[in-house]
Amino acid sequence: MSDPLIEMRGIVKTYPGVRALDGVDFTLHHGEVHALVGENGAGKSTLIRILTGAERRDAGRVLLEGSPIEPHTPVQAQRLGIATVYQEVNLVPDLSVAENIMLGREPRKAWGAIDRRAMDRRAEQVASGLGLHVDVTQPLRSCSIAVQQMVAVARAVDQKARALVLDEPTSSLDAGETEQLFALVRRLRGQGLGIVFITHFLEQVYEISDRITILRGGRCVGTHVADDLPRLALVSLMLGKAAEAAATRERGAGEVAPTAPRRLEARGLWRRGAVGPLDLTLRAGEVLGFAGLLGSGRSETVRLLFGVDVRSGGSLVINNRPIARHSPRRAIAAGMALAPEDRRAAGLVPELSVRENIMLAFQGARGWARRLGGREQNALAAKFVQALSISTPDLEKPVGQLSGGNQQKVILARWLLMEPGILLLDEPTRGIDIGAKQQIESLVDDLRAKGMAIIFISGELEEVVRVSQRIVVLRDRRAVAELTGADRHVHTVMQHIAGETGGKHV
Amino acid sequence: MSSTLRQLIWPLAALALLLGFNAAFHPSFFHFQIHDGRLSGSIIDVLNQGAPVLLLALGMTLVIGTGGIDLSVGAIMAVAGAVAAAALREHAPVALAIAAALGAGAAAGVWNGSLVTLAGIPPIIATLILMVAGRGVAQLITHGETLLIKSDSAFNVIGRGVILGVPVPILIFLAAALGLSILVRLTALGLFIEAIGGNEQASRYAGVRVGPIRLAVYLLMGVLAAAAGLIDAADIAAADANNSGLYLELDAILAVVIGGTALTGGRFTLLGSIIGAIIIQTLSTTILSFGRNMPVELNLVIKAAVVLVVCLLQSSELRRLLTRTWRRSQ
Repeated sequence: MSDPLIEMRGIVKTYPGVRALDGVDFTLHHGEVHALVGENGAGKSTLIRILTGAERRDAGRVLLEGSPIEPHTPVQAQRLGIATVYQEVNLVPDLSVAENIMLGREPRKAWGAIDRRAMDRRAEQVASGLGLHVDVTQPLRSCSIAVQQMVAVARAVDQKARALVLDEPTSSLDAGETEQLFALVRRLRGQGLGIVFITHFLEQVYEISDRITILRGGRCVGTHVADDLPRLALVSLMLGKAAEAAATRERGAGEVAPTAPRRLEARGLWRRGAVGPLDLTLRAGEVLGFAGLLGSGRSETVRLLFGVDVRSGGSLVINNRPIARHSPRRAIAAGMALAPEDRRAAGLVPELSVRENIMLAFQGARGWARRLGGREQNALAAKFVQALSISTPDLEKPVGQLSGGNQQKVILARWLLMEPGILLLDEPTRGIDIGAKQQIESLVDDLRAKGMAIIFISGELEEVVRVSQRIVVLRDRRAVAELTGADRHVHTVMQHIAGETGGKHV
Repeated sequence: MSSTLRQLIWPLAALALLLGFNAAFHPSFFHFQIHDGRLSGSIIDVLNQGAPVLLLALGMTLVIGTGGIDLSVGAIMAVAGAVAAAALREHAPVALAIAAALGAGAAAGVWNGSLVTLAGIPPIIATLILMVAGRGVAQLITHGETLLIKSDSAFNVIGRGVILGVPVPILIFLAAALGLSILVRLTALGLFIEAIGGNEQASRYAGVRVGPIRLAVYLLMGVLAAAAGLIDAADIAAADANNSGLYLELDAILAVVIGGTALTGGRFTLLGSIIGAIIIQTLSTTILSFGRNMPVELNLVIKAAVVLVVCLLQSSELRRLLTRTWRRSQ
């Protein structure tokens, strides 16, 4: 057992025009959690795809407990004991938890029918053996994303996985769910599994990992014991020279004068089963942060404000105009813009070009008959591509082929083009690399300084605190606190989220 | 530009292959003659015979572009023909008969569009309703018999006439193709259709009027189907409610798919669909011209085989598999 669980040596992978991996070494031991970090495009995904057989390497060796392996497909890798759990769980939502765990290996009765009782019993054992206590007969769809992910892990473990790759498992989980998943990961580590953990959240890297490998530009720039690597050193390894910029800057300081014009005012706004009633005031030149767990009503609130969902009651005034019947078109006409939480589902048209995606809202407001000419479109799109430093080879590239950070910037470009007075940003920095994240944060700051009114939602409390002047804390679909000035503190926010303040601010 | 070309390369290759095949076995295929002031030849025949499917394919491209489909176009053809023939029998002026037929097509399109946008019924179901009911309506109008149109009626020019040596159906198609291309590319209609088909929810969030655009597309489809029905009725000087446009919805959908527009919606190409429709019609003509030596029953089988090959050629999945196999054998 002295051989490491997995050893990757000198891995090279070249795509047309890009050297994605340039001689990368990576070693995973038994019983360790090994974080793999790097900016988008650093080569994390490619390395994992090679390890799990989804991609073929051009050069290099992969050893499993000392013997060379050559998985051609993810199924082959799984047979060798290398399993992957992705951010978007790839299980069958309509089947039960037990069926998902046992899919393809269902216990049979004598005449070939599936023995449901045995299947449920077996699945129950596997799940509870991992500390996962769920009703295995309920459909997977009815479970939270966290439980779904743990079911995926359970499935992998039941298939004798020795190495487990967790690819951004926590990006759609809230703090409690993440803790649940981590408890499971620690348990598996105790059982001797090797776990590769990929994430954008640095806090989590330090919370769970034993060692950290940093990739940058297709090369391995270091493997360190987590406890020996200060956070700033890690960030500077990830970013290279840009490290100084990564140091937290104090933004959003100061308060907005109560005389600044009111851009948005909601009174008793609510929607059955979603959120509220709540009161909100948003003034020109301020960033109002929404903090709260997933499902606390953050996204539901901005969807109501933007007219995506119909409100059950309450009043809404935008730019001093009362809004009776609301819709996204009316919101846009009133000078509002929304960058939605799920940018792939509700933001982008992936097959259309960067130019077309940027122009969509502008053209939508002009109507079909008054098409903006090709030259004007190119000029406008090019201006915003440059202003937001969207990296794309040309304006006609399908937006679905850009990285997450650039996709988010395309959505921002679409709205900034409209010169909105109110900008609603729902998780604008989720799942994007640190460089793009900082650009978006400082952009928000600039826009605020120019007088825009902004609502900023992020699951990352540090970020909310950093960019906002005022923070509304949501819990159980209600606004439970409003923090300004020196109260804007991660610790304070957390106390309110956890409900430990005895309701004195309510 | 280059991406447009890449999109069209396989349909064009298939068409070239088909034409080459004809050239090899039927040198006369490419001959043009002037008979009684009328241009004739196999190529002209293909376009003339194919005009109804070409018109349907144009509209179907937009419908499919929004992520929808219209199964009722064959039935709309029958309704339009029946309306025109019934009007002519009541001694209505030709212009009025044509207007009534096109109006019926527009009404059918609004019906389909409303079911899809207002009632939220999936397009395949919504248009299935009219596919079944439409032919019934046409039969009610004709009282279940074939309504003959006087052979000397000016109406028949739509199907049989010639202007400046070119058959009128071809001119109607060219006018529709040109008009529609201008409509979708010189206005923002094309962008909105592609955005809706590419991601309806995102389009809604961006303030695109999803409902009205959808409705307009089904309306256009209805009018184009009615025009195809008029050509068909004028060609045979009769309204045949049972057979006019029968199964043509399938040819039209096939033409769009062969042309490279994905059934899931999004990016569409009118030119591709035109090429697709020409492929289908050329195929029919080719099979007919070999018909003397071949049992008729083989027609549909051969047609299906060629369509299958074209679709396989377009499958990027298959191409990847083939290149990989080829590389491995090197």
